[in-house]
Amino acid sequence: MRFERVATPAALFLVAFFVTLLPFERSGGDVGATISFLTVFLTTVAIYAVFVLALNVQWGYTGVFNFGVAAFFMVGAYTAAIFTKPPSDTEFVQYVGGFGNFFSPEFLDGGEWLRFLVGTTAAGLASGFLAFLLSIPTLRLREDYLAIATIGIAEVLRRVAIEERGLVNGTNGLVGIPRPLGGWFDPGDYKYVLLGIAVAVMVLVFVAVERGIRSPWGRVLRGLKEDEVLVAASGKNVFAFKMQGFVLGAFIMGIGGAIFGYQLGSVAPDVFDHFFGTFLFWAMLIIGGSGNNWGALAGTFFVWGIWTISLQLNGYDMPGAIQSRIFFIRDFLSGAMLVLALLLRPQGLIPEERRVSLWLDRRMRREKPPPPPSPAAVEAEAGN
Amino acid sequence: MATQAATQATLRDRWRDYERAARGFAGTTALWVLIGGLFLWAAVDERQLFVIGIIVGSILALGALGLTLIYGVLKFGNFAHGDTMMLGAYLAFFFLTGLVKETRRDTNIGINVSDLPGAGDRIGDLSFGYGFLLALVLAAVVVAAFSVALDRLVYRPLRRRKSGIVIFAAASIGIAFCIRSVLLMIWGPEPRTYVSGIVPKNDYPLDISLKTNEVFTFLVALGLTALVYFLLFRTKLGKAMRAYADNPDLSLVSGINTDRIVTWTWVIGGALMAIAGVLLGLQANLKPELGFQLLLPLFAAAILGGLGKPQGAFIGALVVGVSQETAVAFGPVLSDILEVLTLGLWSPDVHISAGYKPGVAFIILILILLVRPRGLFGGIT
Repeated sequence: MRFERVATPAALFLVAFFVTLLPFERSGGDVGATISFLTVFLTTVAIYAVFVLALNVQWGYTGVFNFGVAAFFMVGAYTAAIFTKPPSDTEFVQYVGGFGNFFSPEFLDGGEWLRFLVGTTAAGLASGFLAFLLSIPTLRLREDYLAIATIGIAEVLRRVAIEERGLVNGTNGLVGIPRPLGGWFDPGDYKYVLLGIAVAVMVLVFVAVERGIRSPWGRVLRGLKEDEVLVAASGKNVFAFKMQGFVLGAFIMGIGGAIFGYQLGSVAPDVFDHFFGTFLFWAMLIIGGSGNNWGALAGTFFVWGIWTISLQLNGYDMPGAIQSRIFFIRDFLSGAMLVLALLLRPQGLIPEERRVSLWLDRRMRREKPPPPPSPAAVEAEAGN
Repeated sequence: MATQAATQATLRDRWRDYERAARGFAGTTALWVLIGGLFLWAAVDERQLFVIGIIVGSILALGALGLTLIYGVLKFGNFAHGDTMMLGAYLAFFFLTGLVKETRRDTNIGINVSDLPGAGDRIGDLSFGYGFLLALVLAAVVVAAFSVALDRLVYRPLRRRKSGIVIFAAASIGIAFCIRSVLLMIWGPEPRTYVSGIVPKNDYPLDISLKTNEVFTFLVALGLTALVYFLLFRTKLGKAMRAYADNPDLSLVSGINTDRIVTWTWVIGGALMAIAGVLLGLQANLKPELGFQLLLPLFAAAILGGLGKPQGAFIGALVVGVSQETAVAFGPVLSDILEVLTLGLWSPDVHISAGYKPGVAFIILILILLVRPRGLFGGIT
């Protein structure tokens, strides 16, 4: 019996079970409260899944080692905030831009959607541009040089956000980011709308990435991860393709950052530390299975589920020594889970597929019975 | 005809070789000139900042020394390096004071080296007694053992599987976060110090005032760099290490006990990490999150010097330290340069706040990656 047939559904089911059971039990059997808790949980999972899918494009498919997700996350969140908020009206809150009013003309329903469309796109573009700049000195070198450069850019950008008070209001950050479509719905029900938006964005990204990766372009990216020299020998421009994978991933991360800002309603430099802003997404991707978009989703659900469960456990009676350390214990478990996954199950909850090709899938469906593809044919296909 | 074409091809090849060599030479020379200029300016204009930079650089040098050794021999960037340094620092704190954190307050487990007779008596002008040195050695031993154990448990299985360097890097980042959360669990997030009280500064010629602790730190860094250099280039173990770094399989078939090489690398690297952490704790308050912030300057120093080169790590760390500390004084200089460049049309008032110190290491890193990724002393790429 293959591992993932049994263990993966079991693990995901267990997490889902406890994520539902604990709030139900703690609220004393209140179904409404449980549903609203689960709504927030799933919204968060959908938003984080966007980051993990983006990381999967970069690392899982292209083999580009980005350890500064926080930088792109942060650029996306701040850009979206600047584009959707109105300009500052006091001298105590200073930030550039504030294009919210400009993109909310009356004839387009008073700013309920256009500025969010513009803001989200701008977030993606800004983040992608950052990746483009960063790729020039680093992508030709060893993989881990990019890792340290991205750690650096995350740290430096956080510093810039704190030190340049006029840019994005320093340590206090930006508050009062408007809610997309917020004016059309009752504030009490808004969380369901947000869940819808987050899931829609996630599905959009998922479909786009799946389509891209199953195209000839995507197969070049996958080839890059396996063997750069071979791809170069087939006449592909390795640097250009790596840059495309990196920039595309960063673009998606920027969009994720924008949605994150809309959900939280505020952004501050403190949010984007290395543990939350980067490491957690890496743990999700590797535990879920890098190189597989379904794995990325499963990993996000699994890790964030465990994270949420540990927060819920905090409400129960525990010895004070553990109670005061519950966050550190949770951080430790996340780190240990990543290392254990790398050691014991490097392919993750849902392993990578051997063949990624829409064309081959279609052809094999048409010819019945499907001929078993020989490894050589698959190889030839992958390199076309 | 054919010979002529062949000669032409050879000539072209040779010319290309010359060109590459010239470009490498020009890059290195430009770097050395830049570094010389920085040091000269700092030593003349900002002498006190320069001296502090050298001290900060010495601490970074100890960290970068271990990093460059592990990078050079085992071929992966150890992202747990900063956090392991903090582990060493906290272990020394524990040996020195016996304190661990209970739920709210600290509790003393009752055993510590400070109880030994005369352990706290200050040695000369230094702010610590032999108890501190004992704690330092104990921490180094424990961290060395910890590093070897970690290699056996995590890195060796990955090596056997022939994992890529990125898998090693990801594993080391996981370990970094594990170490940090363990430090937070045992000692809490509050800042910790080894010795409380004010340490007087001594005046030296040329208007320099320094604590003797700082001189001690510099001398330890210099001495250990020399020691690691000697070990790598003058002993049989070092020769075997370099052989392993060049080609692990070839060194294995030449009869080198590669497991022993890896173990020794971790023992030396671990001890260096612990010493770096402890000396850092002598200068600054210890905080668990310091470890991750150290990564950027450490990597910048190691890459600037050339990976695998101890003398490079030392020089690189001094450059990073001096640039970080003098960064606040760059502002007026930058204003002047911009004014001269724009022929006096534009004289902006550039101000660089101290919060940008990590940014300096980042700029150095990006510059070196653009100009000469092999570093000053031509390490691995």
